[in-house]
Amino acid sequence: MEKKVRIYSTPTCPYCIRAKQFLKDNNVVFEDVDVSSDDQAAEEMIAKSGQMGVPVIAVDDEIIVGFDKERIVRALGI
Amino acid sequence: MLELIIVGAGPAGITAGVYAARKRMDFLVISGDIGGQTAWSGDVENYTGYQFVTGPELAAKFEEHMRRYRIDVREGELVRELSRSQDAVTLTTDKARYEARTAIIASGKRSRELGVPGEKEFKNKGLTYCATCDGPLFSGKDVAVIGGGNSALDATLQLMNIARRVHVINAASALTGDAVMREKAEAAGNVAILNGSSVTQVYGEKMVQGLEISRGGKKERLAVQGIFVEIGLIPNSEFAQGVARNEYGEIKVNSRNETSMEGVFAAGDVTDVPEKQIIIAAGEGSKAALSAFRYLAQHKF
Repeated sequence: MEKKVRIYSTPTCPYCIRAKQFLKDNNVVFEDVDVSSDDQAAEEMIAKSGQMGVPVIAVDDEIIVGFDKERIVRALGI
Repeated sequence: MLELIIVGAGPAGITAGVYAARKRMDFLVISGDIGGQTAWSGDVENYTGYQFVTGPELAAKFEEHMRRYRIDVREGELVRELSRSQDAVTLTTDKARYEARTAIIASGKRSRELGVPGEKEFKNKGLTYCATCDGPLFSGKDVAVIGGGNSALDATLQLMNIARRVHVINAASALTGDAVMREKAEAAGNVAILNGSSVTQVYGEKMVQGLEISRGGKKERLAVQGIFVEIGLIPNSEFAQGVARNEYGEIKVNSRNETSMEGVFAAGDVTDVPEKQIIIAAGEGSKAALSAFRYLAQHKF
């Protein structure tokens, strides 16, 4: 089954832009959550990752902090 | 063997890459990130041709320009060591080893850390070095910007539109950034500037709850949820031990961007070029690429 991918991001963060581009380049379907305009999502991201830096990428239940290409590749098997 | 390796992909490295590509040089670019400090900047109003552009937009334009050419970019790779043998430069990264006839060091600068208790523990837990990235998470909150120069003011101007209150903790007796930015910050109703004060500690539980500052010999606590450290930059030049550097660790270059090591050129903020500006870094990058090209033409390897 396809893994559910969510990316918590802000529109201005360069690593968020790179991470999203990387997912797109690899044909990964993901949900983009803008934490700058959605306080509830921001709280959710902080609770799940225990920190406030963006991006945070959730692959099913696995939480990846930052644009960690190798972990994303492993988590998605791409 | 490669003709050239460019270390860094900020304005200097990318511009060097564009020039090298147009000279049809056989080269690659190694860089931890793309866009360098430009990607982290707020508003840019002094890059000719753009009356107004944001840092991330300008960085995206640079990258787009570079990608027009088929340039081999090794992103996310960190250079650990640079050395020279008789007719080649060797670069060792965290992933591989490369040899080239010439190299351009355009590895830029990174944020200086405060060096106080609590800084490491609360990094990304309210304490950050990137207002552009993480600023939006602090909407309606109280925050502190540490510093008094242009980057501190840049962060302040971004945050005053997001946060409830911005405290600027400046060690000097007055702000030192550009007058245009200073005036905007001083005119804002929610910005408090504390000159002559320095941070002694960051405190909190799971996340930042505040900082302790020393002001006129007295210590006081300031409750904030966000801390933005903008106290200057240090050059990413540690890997170039064999290349002459100045007292700040900046790589010494002459007007042709030559370093003390043959075949090794440098450009942009990592060098001792006077003034660190995006437009200067870009110009220096082009000069370095042309110098490397000329060096190769003169030495028939």
